[in-house]
Amino acid sequence: MIKRRLNIRMSGLGGQGAVTAAHVLAMAASRDGKFAISNPFFGAEKRMAPAESYCRIGVSRIYDRGELVFPDVIEVFHPQVITMGKSYTMPFYSGIKENGVVVINSDVPLLSDEDVQRLKDLNVAVFYIKGTQVALEVAGTELSTNMTMIGSVAGITKCVSLEALEGALQERFGKKFVASGGTATLDEAIKKKFAKKEMLLKKNLETVVRSYEMASEWAEKNNVELAVAAA
Amino acid sequence: MATQSLVGTKNRSGQVVTDPWKMMHEAERSPCFFTGSEVIKEAIRRANCDVMIAYPITPQSEAAALIGELFAEGFIGDYFRGESEFAVMSQCAGAAFGGARVFTTTAGPGTMRAMENFPMWAGARLPIQMIVTCRGINSPLSIQPDTLEISYLLNTGMLVWHAETAQDFYDWILKGYMVSEEPDVHLPLALCCDGFFVTHTKDVVNLTPADMCLPPYDPYRSPVPCMDMECPPVRMMRDPFVMKSNYISYATHASWQQEVWAAVERSRKHAIRWLDGLIEVDRPDAEILIVSSGTAVSQGREAQALLEEDGIEVGIVKVKTLRPWPEEEIRQATKNAKHIIVPEFNVTGWLAKEIRATIPDADRVYAGPHVCGGMTMPPEVIAADIKKHLGIKAESLAGRGS
Repeated sequence: MIKRRLNIRMSGLGGQGAVTAAHVLAMAASRDGKFAISNPFFGAEKRMAPAESYCRIGVSRIYDRGELVFPDVIEVFHPQVITMGKSYTMPFYSGIKENGVVVINSDVPLLSDEDVQRLKDLNVAVFYIKGTQVALEVAGTELSTNMTMIGSVAGITKCVSLEALEGALQERFGKKFVASGGTATLDEAIKKKFAKKEMLLKKNLETVVRSYEMASEWAEKNNVELAVAAA
Repeated sequence: MATQSLVGTKNRSGQVVTDPWKMMHEAERSPCFFTGSEVIKEAIRRANCDVMIAYPITPQSEAAALIGELFAEGFIGDYFRGESEFAVMSQCAGAAFGGARVFTTTAGPGTMRAMENFPMWAGARLPIQMIVTCRGINSPLSIQPDTLEISYLLNTGMLVWHAETAQDFYDWILKGYMVSEEPDVHLPLALCCDGFFVTHTKDVVNLTPADMCLPPYDPYRSPVPCMDMECPPVRMMRDPFVMKSNYISYATHASWQQEVWAAVERSRKHAIRWLDGLIEVDRPDAEILIVSSGTAVSQGREAQALLEEDGIEVGIVKVKTLRPWPEEEIRQATKNAKHIIVPEFNVTGWLAKEIRATIPDADRVYAGPHVCGGMTMPPEVIAADIKKHLGIKAESLAGRGS
């Protein structure tokens, strides 16, 4: 299904980079000439607390902002979003549109039979990716898990190009970035994982590409067709 | 304007002082994809600001921190952190009394804590600009957007504008100084937006060139004596005003309060010119109008598109300024409307109350939908509410896919 607007909800935990992921994705879409808006939603910041972000990509100007109640894609960054209800909606897939896609970062299946049935009734496809493992393998740090979530949604929907993602990553991490204290601390932490900034960018991009390929392959194999119209 | 003579010269950071009208309307713009906080920084970069005083409170902290970066880059005369929002707003007053162009940002409980200062600013005719990134003010705590705090600002004597998008924010920060520093206005401006929805949202904003800036503030254009060596601060609060209980004192208080509100009225003509009207109307002939301010306008625009798919035509009235209140404009814009829908991000519906008090046949006003405490307002909910109000069967939104 080709949509005029693709609504992506990212449910993660504080510190996982869900906010950064939505921003990078929107920056990439904007670079591709599409219309995009991204915004986060979280409580007073703390690690491991629910943190959501939203990215809307479309072919005409987007006014809608705030929490994304009716998404086409939901990405779960951490198993606790499901197992401990660390989500702003219960169940975590509440509001998902028919023919949508759920991406879950987990080594093991997490959905109950009831959840599986409900998603099936809505023709929602579920893609499990061992995102944290991919991040550890490719980038050598689990802090790059958010890159696998970016790669997944891009691979399944082709909503942004890899060239644009590379540019967006460069824009986000290539220069000094001022945000909240928590974000600044995490930025410092990830920079320390790599000897050089170029290495950080390279490894993160490689993580994006690896997950993009995995997700692309899955979507092709399972005939999952969800895309946003060309700009 | 005395400062016009400075046009073409360079300021302390090497920017060219530019005619503000030309800078805002004729200079070439370049697009950026920034968060609202980054956009505030870019506006202040070009505002030729003397002093910025900060205190951290979400969701304005990022903007305040980014302006600290601007200070480090040499674009702000002075920058420091106050002890609390109350201290910040008092310190802003001190800086403005001293003839500085002052900028500050606050949000939610911070706005409430500092409240005592706002009528004082207005009464002292200090053209301070305060960004209000609205958030919940009640207990239980919420850092998410809620516009209740704006209602508390409406009767302070400040100008109160409500931006819809980061683009509004960028333009209005710069234009705001031009309006509030006019000698016949010379009042503080509370430039409000819905926190997170504007501050933390990345969107395309067209910026004016970074090497152009506004002319500096000229404190001698103030309608009250500017504080200098001839006129020390103690004379601003001299005893007859405050301490004495006599005819002169009462007359002074009464006439001065009227003068402050007359100045709010006088800002009208400047705001109309700079903001291209106090309201903006899309499809004025529609029988159903969504009248709102801030992010609720954006959500209304999406609802308009959804309803159009069902063959229901809806117009939009965006209220840009709450003080001055666009009374005549709203009366005219809603003249032929049968249904006036006022969606708001607060529990009390203060905007609907203002509109009801303004127009004839106020029962045309439907106050809602309302979300509060940081809830989001999906366009689907506005569309469903309108259908329900019109007696059209709407799809149930309960369950959200479950």
